[in-house]
Amino acid sequence: MEPFTRVTGVLAPLDRANVDTDQIIPKQFLKRIERSGFGPFLFYDWRRAGNFILDRPAYRGAAVLVTGANFGCGSSREHAAWSLLDAGFRAVIAPSFGDIFKSNSFRSGLLPVELPAPEVAELNRLATEEPGMEITVDLKSRRIRAGGFETAFAIDPFYRECLLNGWDEVALTLRQDGAIARYESTRPAWLPISR
Amino acid sequence: MKTMAEKIWEQHVVVAGDGEPDLLYVDLHLVHEVTSPQAFESLRLANRRVRRPDLTVATMDHDVPTRGGRLAADEIAERQMSALESNCRREGIALYGIGHARQGIVHVIGPELGLTQPGLLIVCGDSHTSTHGAFGALAFGIGTSEVEHVLATQCLRQRRPKTMAVTVDGALPLGVTAKDVALGIIARIGVDGGRGHVIEYRGSTIRALSMEGRMTVCNMTIEGGARAGMVAPDETTVTYLKGRPYAPADAQWDAAIAHWKALATDADAPFDQEVVIDATRLEPYVTWGTNPGQSVPVSGSVPNPVTETDERALAYMALEPGTAMEAIAVDRVFIGSCTNARLEDLRLAASVVRGHSVHPKVRAMVVPGSASVKRLAEAEGLDAVFRQAGFEWRDAGCSMCLGMNPDILGPGERCASTSNRNFEGRQGRGGRTHLVSPPMAAAAAIAGHLVDVREFGKN
Repeated sequence: MEPFTRVTGVLAPLDRANVDTDQIIPKQFLKRIERSGFGPFLFYDWRRAGNFILDRPAYRGAAVLVTGANFGCGSSREHAAWSLLDAGFRAVIAPSFGDIFKSNSFRSGLLPVELPAPEVAELNRLATEEPGMEITVDLKSRRIRAGGFETAFAIDPFYRECLLNGWDEVALTLRQDGAIARYESTRPAWLPISR
Repeated sequence: MKTMAEKIWEQHVVVAGDGEPDLLYVDLHLVHEVTSPQAFESLRLANRRVRRPDLTVATMDHDVPTRGGRLAADEIAERQMSALESNCRREGIALYGIGHARQGIVHVIGPELGLTQPGLLIVCGDSHTSTHGAFGALAFGIGTSEVEHVLATQCLRQRRPKTMAVTVDGALPLGVTAKDVALGIIARIGVDGGRGHVIEYRGSTIRALSMEGRMTVCNMTIEGGARAGMVAPDETTVTYLKGRPYAPADAQWDAAIAHWKALATDADAPFDQEVVIDATRLEPYVTWGTNPGQSVPVSGSVPNPVTETDERALAYMALEPGTAMEAIAVDRVFIGSCTNARLEDLRLAASVVRGHSVHPKVRAMVVPGSASVKRLAEAEGLDAVFRQAGFEWRDAGCSMCLGMNPDILGPGERCASTSNRNFEGRQGRGGRTHLVSPPMAAAAAIAGHLVDVREFGKN
C-alpha cells in the first residue's frame, strides 16, 4: 500500500446521502480480476446520465471528495475504493461511512475522514461556490485546511499508523505466527473442516 | 454478563489489541469468484500460501448463467470462474463450481451443507455474509484486502463493534413473512441505524421463525447498516443442522451442542442500543424508493418526499406521491437471491401461484438459491407449479439480484423482486426495483401489478 501522509488538491462535492457502492462502481465492471483500471467506471451510470457534477471542468483531477452521510453503504466490493483511487481521489470526507467501505478504504490507501455534519456542509458549500478550490488533508497532524476553513479530525490510531507507513497488514500479522499456531492447537475437534 | 456477540468475539481473540484492533481467528472462510481473484493474485505475488485451505470453501454464484450452463457465460465471467478454479486447485481449496451438485449462492450452501454452525466466526467477501448469523455465528462481510489477509493468516484484525438488540414480539399476522419483518426493522432504524453495531434479533417472533426465516432477517441486516446480525441457537437450529454433511456427528455432536447452548446472551447483559418491535402491527411491505429503508405497507401509497434523497428516488422510480402501491404495474418478477431463494421461500411463492397464470404483460422467473434447493423443489413438484403458470425455472445463482450475469432489467423496466437491494441500476441500468416477500412477488406476477397478498385470490 502506498503511504499516505498529506494530500493537497481540488475538492469536489457530491452532496448526496447514502451513496451506495453500486453507484460508485456498477456491477458490470466487477468482472475484472485486476485491482487497477477501475477509474474510468467510477459513478458510471450517473456520469452517463449527463450533467454530473464531477464532470465539470473545475473538478477534473480532484483529489478529495466531500459527500453525504453513510457514503459507501451496501455491497462489500473493494472495487469502490479502488475506483476512487484510480480516478485520482486520495481522501473522502463525509459525516459517516458504510462500515465495510471504511475498512476497505483504510486497507487500500484511501483516507476516509469523518467530520461533523455542519463542517461537511461548510466544505460542500465552499467546493460548490468556489469550484476548483484546493484543500489540504494532513494525516500526520490530523488537520484539514481549505481556504479560510480549518479543522481537526479524529481517526483510528492503528489505521492512521498503517496509512502513514504504508504497512502491509498481512506481514504484520504473519509476525504473530506463534500466537496463531497456539490458538489453533486449542480449537475443539467438532469444528467443521472442509475436506 | 455478556451478550452472545461478546462471548463469540472473546472466544476468537488470538492476540488482544490493547488499544489496537484485536486479532481474531476465522473458523470458516467462504469464497466466491468476484471478490477473490485480486486477493489470490496478491498472495501469489508476495509468495504466500493459503494457511488453512481446510477452513476455506469456494463456490461460483455471482457471475454464473442460470440457463445454458457454463457455455452461456460471457468471456469475462468465464475468466473469473477459471481464475477461481485455478486458485482453488493450486491452494487445495474445496470448490463447488458451476455444474457441481453442491453449487449455489454462498449464503445458501454454507447453511445447507452444515458448514454454518453456532459460535463460529465466519467471513466472506460479500456483505450478505450476515445471513449465517441466523445460526448464532458471528458472520460478516469483508473486502478483498481482508480476504487476502484471511487467506494468508486465517485471522482478521477488527475493532469490537457495539451491540444492538432488536426484539420482535408477537404472532406474525397472516400474509406477513420474515422478509416483512426485515423490511419493517429497516424502516424503523433506517439504512444506517445499525452502523458500527452487531445486531442480535430476539423475542417470540424470531424464536417462532424457521431457520430459513431467520436467515432472511439476518441477511438484510447489512441493509440497516450493521455488518452482522445474529439469533441465539435453539432447538430449531439443532434440528436443522443434525445430519447435514459438515455438521458434527457422533460424540462430537454432543460436545458441540453443549458449547452451542452456552452461547446465548446472559440475562441482563447490557446492549448499547435496544429496539422493540410489535410483530402484530407488521404488514407486507413494498419499497417505493432506491434504498431498502424507503418502504410502505402494500396497502399504503407513495409518500410525499421529505428529503432531497426522497425526491431523487421518486424521480428515478418514476412515481407520483399519493399513488396507491397496488396501482403500480410491474414488467418483471424475480424470485431468488440469498435473501429469499431457499426451499421455504419457493414453497410460499408456489402456494400463491398454484392454479393461476402469470399476467401476459409480465416476465417472471424463479432462480433457486442452490442446486440442492432446485432438486428438492423439483422433487416436490414446485417447478411444475411455476412452469405451468408461466414462470421461467432457472439454475442456481445470484442472478438478477445484482445482474452480473445475463439476467438483468432493461432501462425503465419495473420489477417486483424478493432480493435485498433496490439501489439505482442494481438489477440493470435504469431498472426499477420494488423489494417484496416471495408470496407478494408471486401475487404481483399474476396480477400484473403490486398487490396485497392478503386480499389476493379472494374474489
